[in-house]
Amino acid sequence: MSESAIKVENISKAYRIGLKEQRHDTLGATMAAWVKSPFQNFKRLKSLSNFNNHDDKDIFWALRNIDFQVSKGEVLGIIGKNGAGKSTLLKILSRITEPTTGKIEIYGRVASLLEVGTGFNPELTGRENVYLNGTILGMKKKEIDDKFDEIIDFSGVEKFLDTAVKRYSSGMKVRLAFAVAAHLDPEILVIDEVLAVGDAEFQSKCLGKMQDLSGKHGRTVLFVSHNMAAVKSLCTKAIVLENGKFVHEGSTDTAVDYYLRMNQHSGYVGTYNKQIDEGSGIASIALTDKFNESKTEFGFDEPVTIHIKVKIDEKDLNSHLGFRVVDINETVIFTSEIKISSFVKTKGLHEFEVKLPVRFLVPNKFKLTFGLHVPNKLMIDYLEECLYFEIVETGSDLHQYAGNDYGCVFVNCNWGIV
Amino acid sequence: MQPVPHIVIEKKKGLASFSLKEFWQYKDLLYFMVLRDITVIYKQSVLGFAWALINPVFSMLIFSVVFGKLAAVPSDGIPYPIFSYAALIPWTYFSNTLSASGTSLISNSSVFTKVYFPRLIIPLTPVLSKLADFAISFVILIILMFYYGYYPTFKLFILPLLIIIMMVATAGLGFWLSALAIQYRDVKFGITFAVPLLMYAAPVVFPASLILNKFGHKAYLVYGLYPMTGVIEGFRSAVVYNKAIPWELIGISAFGACILFIIGFIVFRKLENRFADVA
Repeated sequence: MSESAIKVENISKAYRIGLKEQRHDTLGATMAAWVKSPFQNFKRLKSLSNFNNHDDKDIFWALRNIDFQVSKGEVLGIIGKNGAGKSTLLKILSRITEPTTGKIEIYGRVASLLEVGTGFNPELTGRENVYLNGTILGMKKKEIDDKFDEIIDFSGVEKFLDTAVKRYSSGMKVRLAFAVAAHLDPEILVIDEVLAVGDAEFQSKCLGKMQDLSGKHGRTVLFVSHNMAAVKSLCTKAIVLENGKFVHEGSTDTAVDYYLRMNQHSGYVGTYNKQIDEGSGIASIALTDKFNESKTEFGFDEPVTIHIKVKIDEKDLNSHLGFRVVDINETVIFTSEIKISSFVKTKGLHEFEVKLPVRFLVPNKFKLTFGLHVPNKLMIDYLEECLYFEIVETGSDLHQYAGNDYGCVFVNCNWGIV
Repeated sequence: MQPVPHIVIEKKKGLASFSLKEFWQYKDLLYFMVLRDITVIYKQSVLGFAWALINPVFSMLIFSVVFGKLAAVPSDGIPYPIFSYAALIPWTYFSNTLSASGTSLISNSSVFTKVYFPRLIIPLTPVLSKLADFAISFVILIILMFYYGYYPTFKLFILPLLIIIMMVATAGLGFWLSALAIQYRDVKFGITFAVPLLMYAAPVVFPASLILNKFGHKAYLVYGLYPMTGVIEGFRSAVVYNKAIPWELIGISAFGACILFIIGFIVFRKLENRFADVA
C-alpha cells in the first residue's frame, strides 16, 4: 500500500423525505388545515436542514457509517444498486454536500464529474462554453488557453466552435463537454456514470482516456457505474454499497461477484415452489450459481444451473420435461427438453439438474417457461414465464457494443486466414 | 508540480471560516460567469443593449410628467428629468441586481448541485454583470446634462465611491436573499413584490431634503441608513453644479451598506453548506 489519497472515516448522511400528507374529511378540518398550512410549511422547510432528532420518522439515512481508504494511483470502483448511496457518497467527496457525521481527508485537488457539461449555456458558442465549463470544473483560464486546441481536437467539433451550442446536436454537445472534462488534470478524479451517454465509439474513447489518466499519469480515480464491464476493465479495486451501508471491499472481480450475488431486483424470480398432492407435476425450480446459491443475476461467463424437482406418477414416465428461454424482447432463444424415462424408471420425486452453456447467452434479461408433457398429446404441467433472470455484462468480447443489438447468443466461429 | 492540497471534509460547526485564498483561485470562474451573463442577456433580441436604456428612460419620462409636472414634487431646483434620471441610474442597477442576485441560487441550482466551487460566486455574479447595463445608461445622462446646460464638474469624481457603496449594499442584500430563497421560495415572490415598494422608500421621485424639512435632521440621518439614499443623493449632486455633495448622508449610507454586507455575508456562509440539500 502506498500513501493514501482519500481517507473516509465513519461517514453518514441523512436526508429528509416527505411524509404522507394529512387528509381531512370535513370542510371545517380542511379550512383549519389551510389556515395552519403556512406554519406547517415553514416547519417542514426548516426541518430540511435540521437533523438533531435522529429518530424522526422522515429521516432517511442515505449513507451509514462508511469507512474506507483509497491509495494514491488507485482506481476504485463503487458499485451498488440504485439507491445504494453511491451518488450521495460522490457528492460528499466532491464537497457538494456535507456529511451529517464523519470525516474525510483528501490529499490532492479533486475534480468531480457527476454530469457531463455542467453549466453549459445554450446561448453561448462552443468556444465560450469550453471556458465557462472548464472554469466551473476548476480549471484556470490559462490552463484552458494552453489545452484549448487539444480539447477541440478531442471533441471533433472545430467547425462549429463559434456556433451557439443550442444549434448543436445532442451528440456534439456531449462530445464537447466530455472533451473539456477529459482535459482536467486533478490528482483525484471522481466520476459518476458519465459513460452512460454517447454512442459506443465515444464511450470507448472515454474509457481509453480514463485508463490513460490512471495508468500513465498515476491519478487516483473514483468511478461509479452500473456497467460491470467498465468497472472490471478500469478499476483495480472496488467497494460495494447496499442501502447506504458498506458491504464489501476487495478486488474488482470479487466485488463484481459479490454485487451479482446480491439478489434484490424484485422483478426477478429465481425460485419456484408448488405443493403437489396427487398426480405428476413440477414441484420446484431454482436457479443457482457455481456456489450452489440461488440467485437471479449472472455474469456472462458464469455457469447457470437450473434445478428442477419433478413428481412423476407411474403412468407419466413416458412424458417429456423441457424449458424455453425467451428474452425480454419476446425473442425465443432456444428450447431444451428430455425424455423422463431415459433418466428415471421409477415414480416419485426426482431432481434434475440443467447446466446452461457458459458464454452463450448475451447480456440481457430472460424469462423461463417450463413444461411437463407428452408431446402433442397431453400437457401435465405448464409454468409460463415462472422464472426471470439476467445475464450481466462483465467484460465479454463485445462489451463495447453494449446497448446495441448484436444478437441473442455468443457464437464461437472458426476464423482463419487464407 | 503544484503543492498537493490537504482537504478535510466534515460537518461544519458554527460559522465556517472563509478562505479568501480559495475564493481567489476561482476568480476566472467569476470572470466567465459575469461574461456569460453579459453575453447572454440580450442574445436573440433586435434592440440588444438598447434595452438597458429603455427602462430608465421611460421611467424618467413618466416620472417627469406625473411627479414633475402634475404633482409638482420639489426637485431641489434641478430640472425634473435630470433629477429623476440621475436617481434612476443607480436605482435600476439596484433593483435589477437584487432580483437577479436574490434568485441566483435557484436559477443556478443545476450547477452548484453538481460541482463544488465557492458558492458566493453565484450571487456575486449579477452584482458585477449588471454594471454593463449601468454603464450604458450613462449615455442618456450625458445627453440630458448637455441639453440642460449642466456641464461636468470635478464633483463627478465622487461617482466611484458611490458605485462602491451601491455594489456593497446590493451584494449584501443579494447574499442574504439568495441564501434564504433557496430554502424558502417565498423570498423569490417577496422580492418581486418588495422592489417597487423599495423604490418609493428611496429618494427616487422626491429629494431627501423633503424628509429633512418635514421630519427634521434626526429622521434625515436615520433615513440615510438606507444605503440607496446616500447613493442617489450623491449621484444627483455629482452631475449638477447647484447641489452640494451630501457628505453626511453618504457617510451614513456607506455605514448602512457595510452592515448589510456583513449580515448578508454571515447569513450566506451559515446556510451555505446545506444549499445542495434543500435546493
